[in-house]
Amino acid sequence: MKFTGTDSYIATDDLMIAVNAAITLQRPLLIKGEPGTGKTVLAHEVARALERPLIEWHVKSTTKAAQGLYEYDAVSRLRDSQLGEEKVKDISNYIVRGKLWDAFTADLSPVLLIDEVDKADIEFPNDLLLELDRMQFYVYETQETITAVNRPIVMITSNNEKELPDAFLRRCFFHYIRFPERDTMQEIIDVHYPDIQKNLVREALNIFYEVRDVPGLKKKPSTSELLDWLKLLMSDDISPEVLRNKDPKKLIPPLHGALLKNEQDVHLFERLAFLARREQGN
Amino acid sequence: MFFNLFFELKAAKVPVSLKEYLTLLEAMSLNVAEYNVENFYYLSRSCLVKDERNLDKFDRVFGSVFKGLEPPDNPDTAEIPEEWLRKLTELHLSDEEKAKIEALGGWEKIMEELKKRLEEQEKRHQGGSKWIGTGGTSPFGAHGYNPEGVRIGQEKSRHRRAVKVWDKREYRNFDDSVVLGTRNIKVALRRLRQFARQGAPDELDMDGTIKSTAKNGGWIDIRMRPERRNTVKVLLLLDVGGSMDDHIRTLEELFSATRTEFKHLEYYYFHNCMYEKVWKDNRRRHTEHIPTSQLINTYGPDWKLIFVGDATMSPYEIVYPGGSVEHWNEEAGQVWMQRMLDHFKHACWLNPVPERHWEYTPSLQMLQQVMGHRMFGLTLDGLDKGMRSLSR
Repeated sequence: MKFTGTDSYIATDDLMIAVNAAITLQRPLLIKGEPGTGKTVLAHEVARALERPLIEWHVKSTTKAAQGLYEYDAVSRLRDSQLGEEKVKDISNYIVRGKLWDAFTADLSPVLLIDEVDKADIEFPNDLLLELDRMQFYVYETQETITAVNRPIVMITSNNEKELPDAFLRRCFFHYIRFPERDTMQEIIDVHYPDIQKNLVREALNIFYEVRDVPGLKKKPSTSELLDWLKLLMSDDISPEVLRNKDPKKLIPPLHGALLKNEQDVHLFERLAFLARREQGN
Repeated sequence: MFFNLFFELKAAKVPVSLKEYLTLLEAMSLNVAEYNVENFYYLSRSCLVKDERNLDKFDRVFGSVFKGLEPPDNPDTAEIPEEWLRKLTELHLSDEEKAKIEALGGWEKIMEELKKRLEEQEKRHQGGSKWIGTGGTSPFGAHGYNPEGVRIGQEKSRHRRAVKVWDKREYRNFDDSVVLGTRNIKVALRRLRQFARQGAPDELDMDGTIKSTAKNGGWIDIRMRPERRNTVKVLLLLDVGGSMDDHIRTLEELFSATRTEFKHLEYYYFHNCMYEKVWKDNRRRHTEHIPTSQLINTYGPDWKLIFVGDATMSPYEIVYPGGSVEHWNEEAGQVWMQRMLDHFKHACWLNPVPERHWEYTPSLQMLQQVMGHRMFGLTLDGLDKGMRSLSR
């Protein structure tokens, strides 16, 4: 059982090693990286490549660790008791399973994605230490212990908004997805848009890396933005010549909205492009 | 196995624990790395490093621990010196250049010299004028300027494996000591938080409502409470002009991050050192200023005081009355500094000058003394330490 990338996801060597180590040793894999470099997509692709079900747990600032295990629905039990329903006698009818429970009891060991773990409260990762380590937890209401039948493959993504506690980190493998180099980027584009014209890609990549190199951008465009932009260029039938067009009147690339997400960045880019063109003119 | 790597990492202050080391050994015994050096590098990195800020440190340690390690599956590069020597055949020289070689003593002498230096030299080398490496002026090495140079290892495709992945040190940027961007600053500033519920009650207090409803005998009794907010108060004093112009970009980023992060933020400017006045608008600094004593009277001791400045000036500006470069100050800068520090218990100084240069600037040392060693570099690491010291 090895992950070697898929037909729609290009994995670098170091990423493959990290994923395979996590799969082999059955430990969680923590993935960090610039936004838009494919952290979340990785879990989807691993699940697809290994033909496992994917269970996604998207973490928000209000998410509590206990919600991933189970929740006790006291309100509906109260209502049922007033209505005199029979099932009220069994408390387990009111235990709502969380994502971790689902993952632990699945027949085929699934891929569990805990997305954006840094968005939650600072105590969130600490509350999951034992659960992720031993892959078991205790349900107080029914006094039973849920143990993973097949240990799931756990993938955790983080955007670095908060530091994660050391004890948590120690239990994970870690991989930082670096921004892809030009060659890797070309491969990624080939995988996503196989019929796109070669020279369009070349011109687009030129512009893309130029934009990324602009000093002082608040948000640098990343892989997912490049892919969106290429899609737009294709659907608008923009020819490579237009991209190569160095007409000083058209300073910034067409459909730049897909690349630059901040009006200050657009202004900055316009200004720099203007200066650059003026120097060329002289 | 790999004890050296583990302890060297510890020594280099990469936080590694026994648990992680055991994980690595377990992974090795399960043959995840498949006896391949590069895979071992990736695997150990994934096991032992948990923060991208430490990746560069890891690369350096890995490089020094496994110095001379070569992938065994590639005999071409296993014996580098031979390969280097073979490169000689690729040397294309004009007659002129050959004449110059004669000046050095001819082919044999150069080759002999090369062998000798290869023996003497142990490390990869860059720059300089004697050792073999890249970018230098020694007769041996790549990308050099010496016309009779022996070109070694310049052809990239063939020697790609010789330049080891960890030697590339691609993670340099994530090192802690790197100066920061707005986003990083915000995250670091979040250490400085003091939550409290103050102001108008506009949030439903669920627990309170249930409790008071129960007390009320089942009649609903809704309780409201104010939202939880960060109530930390920050007084930011920024050094402007003169030598601070070099750091203007860092300062802009820090400023924009603090503005959005703290609700209670006041800022004033000063030049070089604190004196009896500060100002709010740099364009009218000479006409509209505020007495420093007014700051002390306006803001309570619960405000956190942050100085930002390079603390680089003439020592007179701190010690002597009248030392200021801009005006006549009746009292010395350190008197005013001390007054501020006596009032504001929580204070720190952030300095954009790289920490390794600090010891060469006497005024900086003096202010460090005045601050009671609460001066920190304006890097992610320094900011973190600064915020910790403020919340103490």
